Amino acid sequence: MENQSITELAKSLRAKHVSSVELAQIYLQRIKQHPELNCYISVTEEFALQQALAADVMLAKGEGSLLTGIPIAHKDIFCTEGVKTSCGSKMLDNFIAPYNATVVEKLNRAGAVMLGKLNMDEFAMGSSNETSYYGPVKNPWALAAVPGGSSGGSAAAVSARLAVCATGTDTGGSIRQPASHCGITGLKPTYGRVSRYGMIAYASSLDQGGPMTRSAEDAAVLLQAMAGYDDKDSTSVDQPVPDYSAGLNQSLQGVSIGLPKEFFGEGLDAGVAATLQAAVAEYQKLGATVKEVSIPNLKLAIPAYYVIAPAECSANLSRFDGVRFGYRCQNPEDLLDLYTRSRGEAFGKEVKRRILMGTYALSAGYYDAYYIKAQKIRRLISDDFKQALAEVDVLMGPVAPTTAFAAGEMIDDPIAMYLSDIYTIAVNLAGLPAMSVPAGFSGGKPVGLQIIGNYFAEQQLLNIAHQYQQITDWHQHIPKGFE
Amino acid sequence: MSLTADDVKKIAHLARLGINPEDGVAYAKDLSDMLELMTQMAALDTEGVAPMAHPLDQAQRLRADLVTEADLRDKYQAIAPQVEAGLYLVPKVIE
Repeated sequence: MENQSITELAKSLRAKHVSSVELAQIYLQRIKQHPELNCYISVTEEFALQQALAADVMLAKGEGSLLTGIPIAHKDIFCTEGVKTSCGSKMLDNFIAPYNATVVEKLNRAGAVMLGKLNMDEFAMGSSNETSYYGPVKNPWALAAVPGGSSGGSAAAVSARLAVCATGTDTGGSIRQPASHCGITGLKPTYGRVSRYGMIAYASSLDQGGPMTRSAEDAAVLLQAMAGYDDKDSTSVDQPVPDYSAGLNQSLQGVSIGLPKEFFGEGLDAGVAATLQAAVAEYQKLGATVKEVSIPNLKLAIPAYYVIAPAECSANLSRFDGVRFGYRCQNPEDLLDLYTRSRGEAFGKEVKRRILMGTYALSAGYYDAYYIKAQKIRRLISDDFKQALAEVDVLMGPVAPTTAFAAGEMIDDPIAMYLSDIYTIAVNLAGLPAMSVPAGFSGGKPVGLQIIGNYFAEQQLLNIAHQYQQITDWHQHIPKGFE
Repeated sequence: MSLTADDVKKIAHLARLGINPEDGVAYAKDLSDMLELMTQMAALDTEGVAPMAHPLDQAQRLRADLVTEADLRDKYQAIAPQVEAGLYLVPKVIE
């Protein structure tokens, strides 16, 4: 039961091999059995059982969608009405969201059953899930290794079968990198495809929610329910949502794959490179053609991102002031002390670092040299991708330079951690959709293949990932101890 | 570009962010390292390139000037640190 896909589970539920309540109980039991991963910040058992009961009623009437009765968990960045929404921070440890994020609302309406809220790097700032106020998450494939971040709880939970599927968000790689490190399938949609309403903002021009699942087939089902125009998000894009599952059986004959040479240069681990080469060879067997392309300004994505994201973060996080919600310090002397101490006591080190960086980059005298310069480079990088995607259908490359690194290895070296985001953040700057697909193992740890597509080409990406998953079984491997 | 603990103090004040004085030097080093990374940007000629704010170059959407929200003050104030008579309380601002 724990290894069935969403579509298989939907059939099992309708054939009454299992009820939604039983399915929720199976997962709640597994969550209790595996506290060692620390993937959940909150387990919402009562809530889950209520939703499961309602799902069973719907199913009995022959109603519902593919997600009706399916146990899901949300990254704790999505507001869930009546349920603590912490964003991995002490700042929001006491925050019971007064409304639902649009994504949560849509999934509730689809009948999905929420098991709980998943651990993450504080305010989604981190690549290892070590900056969470609730402690680090462990990688189910190697407990001493990080699960990646910032959606580390989502990736670990799906990989360890502590949820059928999960939501995640990706500002600089936060869906794809943990998906790669935990051996699951993750998709960052085109910027604007999924509503950001009720998704706690980190860097608003980069943030995008997406599905984290075991397979591309499941991702198609979950994205279908998450995507779409939303009046409440002013950057949401008004474009029809295609039927993602219906597009999963297209031949790859003649599909052209571009391998950006900058993605395979210095710094890429040899084991990861060999795994990816094997994956590309599988694609050639499926009829795809391969060609070298170039993203000449790739290297500048890191400095540009680490100006733009902190700048936007410093503005977004100014709402946490100790006045309307969240943490407030004890006995403030005056208003300045209230702001300064509430924020100083409740934000962690990495969040502070980025607020400081962003404040500096936006301050008078530095704005043009940093922020405007970074935005210009952002356009050049975006143009590089446009050029490459005019030559080929999709791009393929690594998600991260290495497999999951050891816990503690990089936490005191922020620059080294930032540099490890090289292959993912450029995609966020361009706003393109991209996936991480399990492509094998190196040294016993999963390796993800990144597939980058053109704007709104999610259907094509899902099909390309699905075709690979028809001839390989990397996405079906289960970490030891979690069978 | 290298920042000092004193610079950090000034930036932290702009951000209304409390920093332990003993951490000032460490933050100064981290920020200096980040700025060092950013000097790479200066090497690229971006003359005439339009800054990019939105990946799809969309303009900010406007909507009709109509009331769309219900009055949820009580609900929102239920999670506030300190309220009284429908007002958010803060330390005295005006003497």
